[in-house]
Amino acid sequence: MSAATESRLPVRIWRGDANGRFERYDVPRHASQTVLDVVSHVQRHVDPTLAYRYACRVGMCGSCAMTVNGKARWTCRTHVDAVVGGAMLEIAPLNHLPIVRDLVVDMAPFFDKWAAAKGAFTSTSTRHDDFAQVAPASAKRRAIDATVECIGCGVCYSSCDVVGWKPDYLGPAALNRAFTLVNDVRDGAGIERLRAVGGDAGCQACHTHQSCTERCPKHLTPTASIAGLKRLVALAVVKRRL
Amino acid sequence: MTSGALDGRGARDGAAAIRAAAWRFVLQRASAAVLALCVVVHLATIIYAVRHGLTSDAIVARVRANPAWPAFYVVFVIAAAIHAPLGIRAIVDEWLGLRGRAVDIALGLTSLVLFAGGLYAVHALAA
Repeated sequence: MSAATESRLPVRIWRGDANGRFERYDVPRHASQTVLDVVSHVQRHVDPTLAYRYACRVGMCGSCAMTVNGKARWTCRTHVDAVVGGAMLEIAPLNHLPIVRDLVVDMAPFFDKWAAAKGAFTSTSTRHDDFAQVAPASAKRRAIDATVECIGCGVCYSSCDVVGWKPDYLGPAALNRAFTLVNDVRDGAGIERLRAVGGDAGCQACHTHQSCTERCPKHLTPTASIAGLKRLVALAVVKRRL
Repeated sequence: MTSGALDGRGARDGAAAIRAAAWRFVLQRASAAVLALCVVVHLATIIYAVRHGLTSDAIVARVRANPAWPAFYVVFVIAAAIHAPLGIRAIVDEWLGLRGRAVDIALGLTSLVLFAGGLYAVHALAA
């Protein structure tokens, strides 16, 4: 395709910090072009000062999530065709996280909440013990199958209305992680983890809007994980174990 | 395990606060379940009364004739007095950023007012 007949795509990209603004760019339009391709083109050929974050480009690392035409998406696996009907493409940083610069947000609050929800595995055995035997068909292991593939991209957190209204709410990803470990028979945090997710800013704050489940690029259902935690916390307090 | 800036909210909030939050959740859901039943019965009763042309005197007479009706409405009042302040608590937290002891005291008083007003209404109807 010659430059003269090359199809162009108008793009608005957020520049600056929280007080920044959208700036307009025109980039070449290609078949099977991803949103990350568009951002990379601007950074490599138009303005090398554009800050953005990516690593694997194949939907594994969870580092390239941005707000694309109003919705949080993983940009490396989002085709421009899927979000633009011949209209403007608008790319902004994720919601609910501090903007460092341009399309880069500070993910620290997001991962701090994973830690606050006791998202780290708490081993009950030592290196001297034999391997744990976990039947793949057991109910708890199957429950883990539904939650464990989270890549920590922050799309659910950015899409959650409750996080926006209640900034200390732990959020879907951290709670999904906590539910994964609750179902892990090798984990020993038990009631301590339920306490970590059982406060006012924990699982009970979820309104079941299901935006997290709607937007999760890995098609996980954090809403179901949060509902599971709600049940466990309620049972624990009724049985005087919390 | 229970200390450090990144540790669980349980460590920061204290076990009593965690238990209180969990009990609020249980009470909110349980009262919602009771209210769902009560509202259906209440609405069905209203529709029945309207469609059968009952006068207010006839309705009051029937309520007084059967002690199950005042008992039903006492349950209704208790569920509402529990449910409404807990819902308002979430709303003022998320929309207005208001929380803390003063809010909880105000909502406790709201619950008492709803309970007393509701019981007064049931008493006036049944006695």
